[in-house]
Amino acid sequence: MASGVKPRVKVPKTASAGETITIKTLISHPMESGQRKDKEGNLIPRSIINRFVVEFNGENVIDVTMEPAISTNPYFEFEAVVPESGEFVFTWYDDDGDVYTTSKNIEAS
Amino acid sequence: MRTILTAGSFAVVALLAAPALADPDEDNLVINDELQMVTETAAPAHMEHVDTIYSGWRFRTDETQALQIDDFENPAMIFVDQGMDLFNSVDGTEGKSCASCHEDVAAFAGFHAEMPKVMNGKLVVMEDFINGHRARAMGAEPWKWSGPEMQAMVALIGLQSRGMPMNVKIDGDAAPYWEQGKEMYYTRYGQLELSCANCHEDSYGLMIRADHLSQGQINGFPTYRLKQAKLISRHNRFRGCIRDTRAETFAEGSDEFRALELYVASRSNGLSVETPAVRQ
Amino acid sequence: MKLTRRETLALGLAATTVTVLPFRAVAAAEDQIAAFTGGADIGSGDITLTAPEIAENGNTVPIGVEAPGAVSIMVLAMGNPNPDVGTFNFGPLAGSQSASTRIRLAGTQDVLAIAKMGDGSFIQTSSTVKVTIGGCGG
Repeated sequence: MASGVKPRVKVPKTASAGETITIKTLISHPMESGQRKDKEGNLIPRSIINRFVVEFNGENVIDVTMEPAISTNPYFEFEAVVPESGEFVFTWYDDDGDVYTTSKNIEAS
Repeated sequence: MRTILTAGSFAVVALLAAPALADPDEDNLVINDELQMVTETAAPAHMEHVDTIYSGWRFRTDETQALQIDDFENPAMIFVDQGMDLFNSVDGTEGKSCASCHEDVAAFAGFHAEMPKVMNGKLVVMEDFINGHRARAMGAEPWKWSGPEMQAMVALIGLQSRGMPMNVKIDGDAAPYWEQGKEMYYTRYGQLELSCANCHEDSYGLMIRADHLSQGQINGFPTYRLKQAKLISRHNRFRGCIRDTRAETFAEGSDEFRALELYVASRSNGLSVETPAVRQ
Repeated sequence: MKLTRRETLALGLAATTVTVLPFRAVAAAEDQIAAFTGGADIGSGDITLTAPEIAENGNTVPIGVEAPGAVSIMVLAMGNPNPDVGTFNFGPLAGSQSASTRIRLAGTQDVLAIAKMGDGSFIQTSSTVKVTIGGCGG
């Protein structure tokens, strides 16, 4: 796997039921595009995160197909509806088969 | 020989004579809606040719500036997180981590604002301090100067002083190092015969090709540079600048760069520590 | 054949145009669009693409897309060696059909956003981003 991959997510701790909240995510990853060459002139093989999925209590919020044009340390900002208290699960899928996951709980009142 | 020199000087004039995009902008830097930063203030008394000093943040586009006003937007914070993990990781023959002795990294508040400084008769920059403690207290291998671990740690320690005014000492035992750094700052290097001052004192605010020249302040280092998409050390940036003059550069961690770091840091005395900043 | 100065200049310009828009990349973009739309017509409508006019560094260009009522939004960088950037698919709990990210642009070019709407129609918008190069590398 790409070394030192570390996800960060920003989700409010509370919301009122049915409220729309803003979520931001950032993950450390080189997103090697497959276009670059090393010092010897050999093409550095592509190695990226190719998909990012967010679910809340098992239901989909956003599902992003990612290509090599997404910058190093991919960042996303989007909005989600919070119908009830529960858990956001964030999943990043690496080309090499690795999967990085993190989750955040939110209290809805 | 004279012809070559003339041609060189002409090239420099042409390089710097691009239409002025003008001066730093008027934007105000407040981080996380609460931390007011000083990005413009009266130049320290030792600066003879500049009245006002500005953070490099003021020379960047709104989009680049935005990346620094919220810690979540700031990609450098990924590396600060990694620095925190390293702070708590045991390494070396003594079975210790940074936290074994220093416990809370917050105790370093104010330290970065005064670095580099003379300790035990030697000019010490943050990287020296970190590797020194790794060797003596932890029995650990030194980290590479601009390597990810070292710069993550420099950024983590630097962050503890964010918002405090830069305040490096230039007199007393620091004076000879400071004088050496000052002399370097005004020395023309390389085939382009450019000194630090030619760009960052005489020409800040102008465009050098597509780059909006700043005053070359280092109060935000290590800085996340969009170009490399990672934390860049002060010495790495010095090396890049000198290389761009088409000169053989000094090495990262050389005594020359230590002295230059002290002098350049002293030119930002009064600006807030911005570590870790975001630049283009 | 003897070329006048003006003809030579015109030839040079033609050559430049070819360099700027490699046929391969344009064809790739057309393929991507066709795969996304299934060949359907693309109209205009309530779709917004937010991108800087000038990017200081093409490595990290912030963009945002929004199309109320969209099922998904595809983003293409028309001047990149591979024009695909990504596709945002909005689920039932999406708070809005909008998202922001940071992308790589190989040079000054048009960025294109195409939204697939809930009724199966497609709308698009585009924005030109100037990427400055030739500054002081690190």
